[in-house]
Amino acid sequence: MTILAEMRNIKKSFGDVIANRDVSFELRAGEIHALLGENGAGKSTLMNMLSGIYQPDSGSILIHEKPVTIRSPKEAIKLGIGMIHQHYKLVEKFTALENILMGQESSFFLRKKELIQKVEKLARNYHIAADLNKSIYTMSIGEKQSVDILKVLYQGAKILIMDEPTAVLTPQEIQSLFQVMRNMAAEGCGIVIITHKLNEVMEISDRVTVLQKGSTVKTLITAETNQKELTDLMVGKATDLQIERPKTQLGKVVLKVEHLEAINKDKAKVLKDISFELREGEVLGVAGVAGSGQKELCEALAGLYPVSGGQITFHGESLIGKSPAEIINAGMTMSFVPEDRLGMGLVGSMDMIDNYLLKAHHKQKGLFLKRKPLEKVCENMIKALDIQTPDVHYPISKLSGGNIQKVLIGREIETEPQVLITAYAVRGLDVGSAHTIYELINEQKQKGVAILFIGEDLDVIMELCDRIMVLYDGEVKGIVNGETAVKEEIGLLMGGGKLYA
Amino acid sequence: MNAFLHAAIIAGIPLLLATLGETITEKAGHLNLGVEGMMLLGAVAGFATGLYTGSPVLAILAAILAGAGGALIYGILTISMRANQVVSGLALTIFGTGFSSYMGSGLIGQKLSEQMTDFFRPVAIPLLSGIPLIGDMLFRQDVFVYFSYLLCILIGIYLFKTNMGLNLQAIGENPSAADASGIPITRYKYIHVLLGGALCGLGGAYLSVVQVPQWQENITSGRGWIAIALVIFCKWNPWKSFFGAILFGGLSIVGFRLQQFNISQHILDMLPYLVTILVLAIGRENKKNSAPEAMSLPYFREER
Amino acid sequence: MLRLVKRGHVSKRERILIYFLSVLAALVTSGLFVLLMGHSPWQVFQSMILGAFGSRLRFQDTMIIAVPLIITSVGIMIAFKMKFWNIGGEGQILIGALFASYFALNFSDWPRPVLLLVMLLAGFAGGALVALIPAVLKVKLQTNETIVTLMLNYIAFHLVTYLQYGPWRDPNSKGFPKIANFSANALLPKVFGLHMGWIIMLILVVAITILLRYTKIGYKIAVVGESKDTARYAGMNLNRIIISSVAVSGGICGMVGMIEAAGVNYTLTPSLTGGYGFLAIITTWLSGLNPVAIIPVSVLFAALTKGGNFIQTAFQIPQSAASVIQSIILFFVIGAEFFIQYRIVGKEKG
Repeated sequence: MTILAEMRNIKKSFGDVIANRDVSFELRAGEIHALLGENGAGKSTLMNMLSGIYQPDSGSILIHEKPVTIRSPKEAIKLGIGMIHQHYKLVEKFTALENILMGQESSFFLRKKELIQKVEKLARNYHIAADLNKSIYTMSIGEKQSVDILKVLYQGAKILIMDEPTAVLTPQEIQSLFQVMRNMAAEGCGIVIITHKLNEVMEISDRVTVLQKGSTVKTLITAETNQKELTDLMVGKATDLQIERPKTQLGKVVLKVEHLEAINKDKAKVLKDISFELREGEVLGVAGVAGSGQKELCEALAGLYPVSGGQITFHGESLIGKSPAEIINAGMTMSFVPEDRLGMGLVGSMDMIDNYLLKAHHKQKGLFLKRKPLEKVCENMIKALDIQTPDVHYPISKLSGGNIQKVLIGREIETEPQVLITAYAVRGLDVGSAHTIYELINEQKQKGVAILFIGEDLDVIMELCDRIMVLYDGEVKGIVNGETAVKEEIGLLMGGGKLYA
Repeated sequence: MNAFLHAAIIAGIPLLLATLGETITEKAGHLNLGVEGMMLLGAVAGFATGLYTGSPVLAILAAILAGAGGALIYGILTISMRANQVVSGLALTIFGTGFSSYMGSGLIGQKLSEQMTDFFRPVAIPLLSGIPLIGDMLFRQDVFVYFSYLLCILIGIYLFKTNMGLNLQAIGENPSAADASGIPITRYKYIHVLLGGALCGLGGAYLSVVQVPQWQENITSGRGWIAIALVIFCKWNPWKSFFGAILFGGLSIVGFRLQQFNISQHILDMLPYLVTILVLAIGRENKKNSAPEAMSLPYFREER
Repeated sequence: MLRLVKRGHVSKRERILIYFLSVLAALVTSGLFVLLMGHSPWQVFQSMILGAFGSRLRFQDTMIIAVPLIITSVGIMIAFKMKFWNIGGEGQILIGALFASYFALNFSDWPRPVLLLVMLLAGFAGGALVALIPAVLKVKLQTNETIVTLMLNYIAFHLVTYLQYGPWRDPNSKGFPKIANFSANALLPKVFGLHMGWIIMLILVVAITILLRYTKIGYKIAVVGESKDTARYAGMNLNRIIISSVAVSGGICGMVGMIEAAGVNYTLTPSLTGGYGFLAIITTWLSGLNPVAIIPVSVLFAALTKGGNFIQTAFQIPQSAASVIQSIILFFVIGAEFFIQYRIVGKEKG
């Protein structure tokens, strides 16, 4: 088989951070090649160098066995390389067609009428559904992805790189994406899929290259390996990936949600008739495709999202219409670990003390802030959670993802909450840090805290949570028992299907 | 009334040119608050060249170069060096004001040659100037005005009907998407920021060479800021700017004619700015014609 | 082939070195400009320095420019800390002056300390009121404050011009359109030969430094500036913080209007702002939003202006040449930030 692309001994650093230490990689025509590694292993960085976004500090790239320097995406496109980024590279105000045509300088005037047929034909060939005259900002995430794929194909890509393409799709959408990928491979394209999900690797790829901490570990033929071996290669040691689910005595209902509804800025319903109860000492998992209302639900509970109907009660007292400050002042101790750590939970440029103050400043009286006494508190937190930082005055954005999350969860636990809401608590963390977080959650559960765990990895949710609530399009599709849940059933609910008991 | 409309066009032309210039600058994602400075540079360069060479063509060329030269400083700072756009633009205005006043100190009181003033004498366009109402107003003007009409139409076509126009808008909306599509961001930004400056320079030259035509210190007296307002008022649309410029141009001279009604020109002078604030506050959020989303954000490809 | 790389950590020493080099490069460039004008750069720069600091009187003149520049910068900085781009200093100064003048012109019989205090408060109120417009629009309608504040500058300018030519025109000025001079009661007293605006300046710089660094309000402003979502998450009342601190920002600029009217111009004129509102945006930015650094940066720019006045008489170089030199220095210092953020590296091909 012909080799489409080869990368040899690539090195790349950003400022003081080394993203790729020494990576080699090879892609053949007609194959689907998985690039597997933990978050921060350097997968996206590597592929961004193939697509001309970044330039390697050293090392060489060969396309069709000829050495090349790819200085820009334009040059990458000329070489037949296209990349579907995690954040789709689309102009929101433009229509799908305009997005596909931009950057093409085939003629002086725009020839939309002629080209729309060409694009439509291409879409039919690969069985991609897309409304070309629709504006991107009115599209769903899945539709946007289709447009981005179509765009790359229209540019004539023979080497197609997809960065975590399944993260935001339902199991059903994933299947149709995989079908499109197989069609493309059959046409002789080489496809790279960046992922950290083992089951996807096993399902779709022909070969798999494992990266760990910026270096290539090994390239294997998928059919000749298994998930256990891949995990060990990815993490670098034989690990026990078991997540515990300690038994606890269920207590009183702390949080009760009844017929909760919310609408967003565009007047669309984002939460529809949501009802559930949360008891002391339990972990209620929330599963669902990204954008099914998880963010809105969390924020509504925390008093950050306007509610248009229904009721939320905390030990029988209504939370509706209360601001976060009022909730705190009423002594309702609820902690929320938001999805966007540095954009919502913390301030990246500030040190640990000032971040601790985000919650603590409410309790301080008078005009001036008292920072001195907090030094001790923060130092204790560093010890208790084993946070890697030079000192308490170090800006937290410079810490690693795992340590940032520890600072955030540590602060929230410090307030001894009765309810703990965590949104995507392990996103972007390495396996070790993720397990520390699971342990912290279980510790809180055993203390009798009621926990709402919003997750994205179904396997984790099924191992950790006592009950699992599935959201789809702002609705509760079902609540199932964590111990007896079947993955396929949850997948069906996530896609909007119904269960018949 | 006819005379007033005719004068409104003349008052509107410098505004129109500067607005067109700032529109394409902003479409490239750059808020350039140096419009006033670039207009002054164009005004002084145009007038001085016209005075010394007696050539209208050279005068216009000089104004274009001067405006683009000012924009080049701004471009180097904000495109290549990714400096803050607001601060860089204000510095450019300070520079343009100072430099034009320095260069112009010897020009005060001087008169352009007859060859120059003849060249810019109003010419009626046959047939078109005969149209009732608008004929006289639009088509009994000087060549500079006709040239501006043409520019206005062409820039609109360029923005909305060509591949390059689409690419330019993509840059102002989402440079990283534009980049990933293979659009050469830096080249586009420089070309359009410079083009924008050239248009501002032209606008300034119309004042000093045709409209006044004499050199006065600070001859633009705030028209650059009105142009920035006009860009918003006209929703980044070159064709709409034509009407906006005439409206604001008309407003700036109407006070004289309304004296008997006891309306002060100074109050009227506030209107363009007031209207712009109103447009900003009320006339939102039709997503399709709002400000370019990446405006005033620097772009660095390797940003993580 | 050359390309850009983002820098990692930059030490304080490197930072100072970069700025020093950029000023040096600016001096060389503006030296060339002076040379082109047919003068010796060395002599011109020397006499600019002498002109700005050479005698007690000249130093006082420099400070007359520096004082409003510093106060305006400190005022604007409060808004900038919140990433609220208040470029409406000019208008806020002018309306502040307008409000203060109302009392100066109509209540000149009040005891001097009372009148001055009322004028100062009125100046604050005027500036705050103008700043409230963009703040409320931003909070309620998400309107872009950069443009609104910019527009308000010209509305204020034309409003004061209107008053000067119309209702407030001094009937005793023999047809000359001007507003009457303030009576002696409404003028700022001098302390050490300089109007007492400099005392107000020192008080404000100290107060704002403390406010931003050590108080809850300052902390909240910093959090809002970093991330509005975080501020909401932390239970802060976002709208109240934005509106009140932008009002304070505008109010401080308004006080500059009072100081300029009562300490320098002795009347209200549309040109009273002297461009401080715009220049302060640049000095604030260059000082890295640090209230203490604002003082030397502002004094430097004031010295350039005063020095420019001086070379006009000494060398017959027009005043405008000084503003060209000033803007050349500006361009270089604005560009300096680039070398702090990025590094240019060369790389062999292949």
